[in-house]
Amino acid sequence: MALSWKSARWIAFLTLVPILSGCSDRWGWYVVNPTTPSGWTNLTFLMSGLWYTILLSVTAIAISVVLGLLIALPGLSKNPFLRAFNRIYVEVVRAPPILVLILWVYYGLPQAADIQISVFWAGVVALALSDSAFEAEIYRAGIQSIDKGQYEAAQTISLGYADTMRYVILPQAIRRILPAMGNQFVYMLKMSSLVSVIGMQELTRKANELVTAEYRPLEIYSILVLEYLVLILVVSALVRWLERRLTADEAR
Amino acid sequence: MLRNETATIISIRAVSKLFGTFKALDEVSLNVREGERVVVCGPSGSGKSTLIRCVNRLEQHDVGEIVLDGVTLGNTRDSAKVIADTVGMVFQQFNLFPHLTVLDNITLGPVRSRGMSEADAKALAMHYLERVKIPEQAGKYPRNLSGGQQQRVAIARALCMEPRVMLFDEPTSALDPEMINEVLDVMAELAGSGMTMICVTHEMGFARRVADTMVFMDKGKIVETAPPDVFFTAPESARCQEFLQQILPH
Ligand SMILES: Nc1ncnc2c1ncn2[C@@H]1O[C@H](COP(=O)(O)OP(=O)(O)OP(=O)(O)O)[C@@H](O)[C@H]1O
Ligand SMILES: [Mg+2]
Repeated sequence: MALSWKSARWIAFLTLVPILSGCSDRWGWYVVNPTTPSGWTNLTFLMSGLWYTILLSVTAIAISVVLGLLIALPGLSKNPFLRAFNRIYVEVVRAPPILVLILWVYYGLPQAADIQISVFWAGVVALALSDSAFEAEIYRAGIQSIDKGQYEAAQTISLGYADTMRYVILPQAIRRILPAMGNQFVYMLKMSSLVSVIGMQELTRKANELVTAEYRPLEIYSILVLEYLVLILVVSALVRWLERRLTADEAR
Repeated sequence: MLRNETATIISIRAVSKLFGTFKALDEVSLNVREGERVVVCGPSGSGKSTLIRCVNRLEQHDVGEIVLDGVTLGNTRDSAKVIADTVGMVFQQFNLFPHLTVLDNITLGPVRSRGMSEADAKALAMHYLERVKIPEQAGKYPRNLSGGQQQRVAIARALCMEPRVMLFDEPTSALDPEMINEVLDVMAELAGSGMTMICVTHEMGFARRVADTMVFMDKGKIVETAPPDVFFTAPESARCQEFLQQILPH
């Protein structure tokens, strides 16, 4: 997941070579040739899904990071009922494939709960729900890895549960689980492509629509691959930056 | 030496503590008066840590009664409050918060649980850092301090809650020999200032210097309780004599 600039340059090089080498009429790159008006239009059409892919993933991740913690904490309780709640949630929610969850939330939930749900929020709910189970497990492992002495020290300076978690345990746990969470962010970004099946106008959907119109799947999907590659390199860089920032003060 | 007429602040009455079926404490009784310095020693596994951890309810005793400053300890608000207001603790492994600076380690308690302002807490923290003689380390992270310095930060952190009783659980056992004295000196100074202390340690030089009462434990029982002059010269039980022979330089 964590890419250095050196390896990033190599990946860019290796991807660009086949694409550029195919830039003759025979290959059909004209469909996305930025120097022609129609190619430019197609290219901007493809890119126009970017905003929704980002909005969808970021919203879903933001929700699942909070939800995951709220699910993880009962799992660490002494109370067996709270622990059982955690186990059942995690096992049930992480079982269905994300695609199935998307279909269920979009087509099933409105009937079951008698509500209206937009494509965007159906996507967010399905992605966040699915991810929350994994985030919960990541939090649980992270929190459990903190030494018992930290809780005892917090207790002897009379910190309550909330303060102990907020100021003592979570700051340490989050540093440890950041790489695992970074993986999860990348995964969520990729899985957002599945929301295209219910008509979300994100990157994958745009590519599919253009393929239907232009009959140039190789070129168009190559662009799509590139788009995700760039997005994910950006996420990786952000996570690495966050990791460095969080560990910077410790190294001082 | 301790004046005899001070009030009892901790009263441990026939307390037992079980881990499963194993009796870590077996009907232990001990009274500690205000200002008294108690040093607890005994072989490994004899229940020393368990005893002092019952006083601030890091462990919950099963049988008997512990009364702290007039309040019987249990699962009550009063009990939690009296512990928070009265008892500080220092651990063998320091248990500093590694992600916080020395200063933040010390001010966290006063700010979050006492509701003190950051500025007041900082001033108080610096006062106690002076007392443990490392004010210049305030901005550092624990990992960049020596073991002896870390333990002194832990003492300052406990003192900053302004407790009336300090519990020490083998505070120098995890330290390199050359750092033991700097921590013992801070503790001796604290003892001299009139702080009530229960200290589990095998540093018998320190015990001789500061203790009012020596307690020897074995197999979950208090076997011997005596002032240090009696304890070191004429211990009653054979088990205690044997222990002292092993531990004291000849
Ligand atoms: N949480 C626990 N669960 C099970 N047994 C425990 C637990 N804590 C302590 N014990 C047992 O209780 C006994 C007393 O332990 P304690 O830590 O009080 O001894 P100690 O006198 O402090 O010994 P040491 O000098 O090794 O620190 C030991 O036999 C120990 O194994
Ligand atoms: Mg011990």
